[in-house]
Amino acid sequence: MPETGEVIKNTILAEKVNCYQVYAPAIAAKRMAGQFVIVRLDEEGERIPLTIADADTAAGTITLVVQEVGKSTARMARFKVGQKFTDVVGPLGTATHIEKRGTVVVVGGGIGIAPAHPIAQALRRAGNRVISILGARSKDLVIMEAEMQKASDEVLICTDDGSYGVHGLVTDVLKGIIDKQGKPDQVFAIGPVVMMKFVSMLTKEFSIPTVVSLNPIMVDGTGMCGGCRVTIGGKTKFGCVDGPEFDGHLVDFDELVQRQAFYREQEQESLASFQHHCERHKV
Amino acid sequence: MSGQLDQQEMARLQGIKNKERMKIPRQDMPEQPAAERRKNFIEVPHGYAEMTAVIEANRCIQCKKPACRAGCPVGIDIPAFIARVAAGDFEGGIRKMKETNMLPAICGRVCPQEEQCEKVCILAKTKQPVAIGRLERFVADWEREQGKVEIPAVGPPSGKSVGVVGSGPAGLTVAIDLRRAGHEVVIYEALHAPGGVLIYGIPEFRLPKRIVHSEVEVVRRMGVEIRYNQVIGKIETVADLLGRHDAVFLGTGAGLPWFMGLPGENLGGVYSANEYLTRSNLMRAYDFPRVDTPIAKSRKVAVIGGGNVAMDSARTAVRLGAEEVYLVYRRSEVEMPGRNEEIEHAKEEGVIMKILHNPIRYLGDEKGRVRQMECIRMELGEPDASGRRRPIPVAGSEFILEVDTVVVAIGNGPNPLVPQTTEGLAVDARRGTIKTNLNTMRTSKLGVFAGGDIAIGAATVILAMGHGRQAARSINHYLETGKWEIEFLPGQEPTEETR
Ligand SMILES: Cc1cc2nc3c(=O)[nH]c(=O)nc-3n(C[C@H](O)[C@H](O)[C@H](O)COP(=O)(O)OP(=O)(O)OC[C@H]3O[C@@H](n4cnc5c(N)ncnc54)[C@H](O)[C@@H]3O)c2cc1C
Ligand SMILES: Cc1cc2nc3c(=O)[nH]c(=O)nc-3n(C[C@H](O)[C@H](O)[C@H](O)COP(=O)(O)OP(=O)(O)OC[C@H]3O[C@@H](n4cnc5c(N)ncnc54)[C@H](O)[C@@H]3O)c2cc1C
Ligand code: SF4
Ligand code: FES
Repeated sequence: MPETGEVIKNTILAEKVNCYQVYAPAIAAKRMAGQFVIVRLDEEGERIPLTIADADTAAGTITLVVQEVGKSTARMARFKVGQKFTDVVGPLGTATHIEKRGTVVVVGGGIGIAPAHPIAQALRRAGNRVISILGARSKDLVIMEAEMQKASDEVLICTDDGSYGVHGLVTDVLKGIIDKQGKPDQVFAIGPVVMMKFVSMLTKEFSIPTVVSLNPIMVDGTGMCGGCRVTIGGKTKFGCVDGPEFDGHLVDFDELVQRQAFYREQEQESLASFQHHCERHKV
Repeated sequence: MSGQLDQQEMARLQGIKNKERMKIPRQDMPEQPAAERRKNFIEVPHGYAEMTAVIEANRCIQCKKPACRAGCPVGIDIPAFIARVAAGDFEGGIRKMKETNMLPAICGRVCPQEEQCEKVCILAKTKQPVAIGRLERFVADWEREQGKVEIPAVGPPSGKSVGVVGSGPAGLTVAIDLRRAGHEVVIYEALHAPGGVLIYGIPEFRLPKRIVHSEVEVVRRMGVEIRYNQVIGKIETVADLLGRHDAVFLGTGAGLPWFMGLPGENLGGVYSANEYLTRSNLMRAYDFPRVDTPIAKSRKVAVIGGGNVAMDSARTAVRLGAEEVYLVYRRSEVEMPGRNEEIEHAKEEGVIMKILHNPIRYLGDEKGRVRQMECIRMELGEPDASGRRRPIPVAGSEFILEVDTVVVAIGNGPNPLVPQTTEGLAVDARRGTIKTNLNTMRTSKLGVFAGGDIAIGAATVILAMGHGRQAARSINHYLETGKWEIEFLPGQEPTEETR
């Protein structure tokens, strides 16, 4: 029997995008779309919030899709099958509010496609017509296309460099849908903050209710530190317990971007010292 | 703990008259010099040497009706434990202590003795009180360092099982006492480490983590199972726990940080004390980048507040290398709720007290990082509901203070997660605390008990412990009798005197 936190499978989805299946049967049984876990790799590790992209209750595993952006995610990538993340806590955050609306567009940008997947599934199960838009910088970074095909009635793909699908941004594709098929009844947008910001600006123009999933810097993930503060409609909310999903039309995205960047210098220092260490010890 | 016992001197001290006892000066506790400790996280006071402890214990005149005991929230038999120390019987001292207080190494360090036992010690009327807290710490440290820590005897299996939510002082204490009664006990802890505020809040230099760990080790060796990473209300509800356990104790503390709602409060570099301290203590960010969790590298830090939490934050900022640390408090120093010892230590370490000041807004740079804070001066008016003089802003006294980090330490409330997910659990609407009968520690929900900060709002370690003990008595009574609707535990009904 594996232990909670054990890596059961570790695959590479794209350059610097890894997919982990982690043994965590209790969380797998309980989680709902939109929720996340916090992982601590080992005793030196920080608490890393990661969305639960999928779960297999029979196998007792949860799926995490993680992009290597700094030291923690780079260290994570070195975990091999059979190794164990010291701590996995969850499911955290409020689950996505799913209801039958009619036609719902799910926008997934980059690795945001992974957390968008369970939402698309749940929306479809609730009887919605689901159109998914997958956006990425280039073809190699379009992940989980097959899974999204299965979870959606229609899938549209776009890349920044035009190497796959439409040459353009997810907002262009969304605008196309609105123009051709009429206003969808709801939009979900998950991905880089700038993407969510521009999707929300567009849908606001058309008064389409829009849900975004925010990823402020977190520590505990239980409402204890307030590090995850976000401003929603002029009010301060705690991203980890009040969110991570919020009404995109009310989010102060610029504040979020700035708060996310607060540790930039230290993160770079941390990554550099880690890479230096790796080179020196040839690991 | 060095220092040989001087047998001759001990014998002499045992024989002296009270008048002479009262002439012995209160014994100082050696500590790290301020200049040195500014640069490290090592504990500040070193603790008494054996002979110093004996001398201090001999100051106690063994009152017939000891005021100190009445002043102790859990009623430790203070003169009895001190008498044993005075006679050099340290083992006897710690055993006596542990009859009432299971966590003396912790309480000896963090209890506000100057507000409790020592405040009412008879000697305090004319001289300095007996250093009860230091002696408490001494016997506890002696026991640990001598390897004499006894694991309390566990009762024969009762066949009953209790779930405890939270591993702070309330949860740890209730667990110990329930195991003694032979019940199975499982603690569910949200974080990856045990101890609650003792581990994530109170800094190493005031309460070394190894001390908390050794207390937790006792709990573990008694057969209490501690499950980490279990956020009750998320992975499981209280109702789920009641399905598996015969009773549930909620000791989830007051971990929800308050903010003031000022403009600019969400700028980068503005922290709650909980976040600042958690990063530094629990996540050991002072050791970054060897550990992965970062914390602001600050030059000028303003800590808002005047309690222990504010002192801990300010003293942490000093140790993290800030050049200037201000403590911004809206009343005067007399009103500061922090312990005198902590305020003094903070000042010695160079924390600049900005009393009678209040922040009104924070100003940032183009990157959204805090750079300045606008303050206003305050003056004291008439006493308010708390009996302290109300601070009133002085019109036109606004000024700008340059800062690059702000730590908001104005208090914490209970986390609503458990109440929100537990049907039938009554909550005080204004304070967010779980309504709890403070004699029976019972909540409005059958089989669910509560204690510590979640029951009364942010308070003290010793009160949380006291609640844990009382809750264990009440849980034992409930598990034995099955009776729920009682106002008082048998034998604890109020008398004319206590009513
Ligand atoms: C609710 C939530 C869900 C998330 N889901 C995913 C996911 O499914 N897949 C994924 O790849 N990433 C996800 N993230 C982001 C992920 O947590 C960060 O990329 C990761 O912590 C970066 O750590 P690092 O040391 O590798 O990078 P660093 O170099 O430390 O940081 C890179 C950037 O990541 C962000 N970050 C750093 N530390 C944290 C932290 N403690 N909490 C949140 N963000 C941080 C910051 O914006 C920072 O600028 C999620 C974040 C949140 C809050
Ligand atoms: C910085 C600071 C300094 C202090 N200094 C002093 C001092 O010098 N002297 C003094 O007497 N008092 C001090 N206090 C107050 C004292 O620490 C508290 O009163 C005491 O710790 C309360 O104990 P507790 O057991 O009720 O809760 P806590 O110590 O808060 O422990 C609660 C535990 O429950 C866990 N928990 C919460 N929610 C859940 C959930 N949903 N599921 C599972 N687990 C959960 C938490 O993670 C935590 O481990 C200080 C407090 C702070 C913050
Ligand atoms: S009141 Fe002071 S002198 Fe009297 S018993 Fe207590 S500690 Fe000793
Ligand atoms: S991450 Fe600490 S309160 Fe949200």
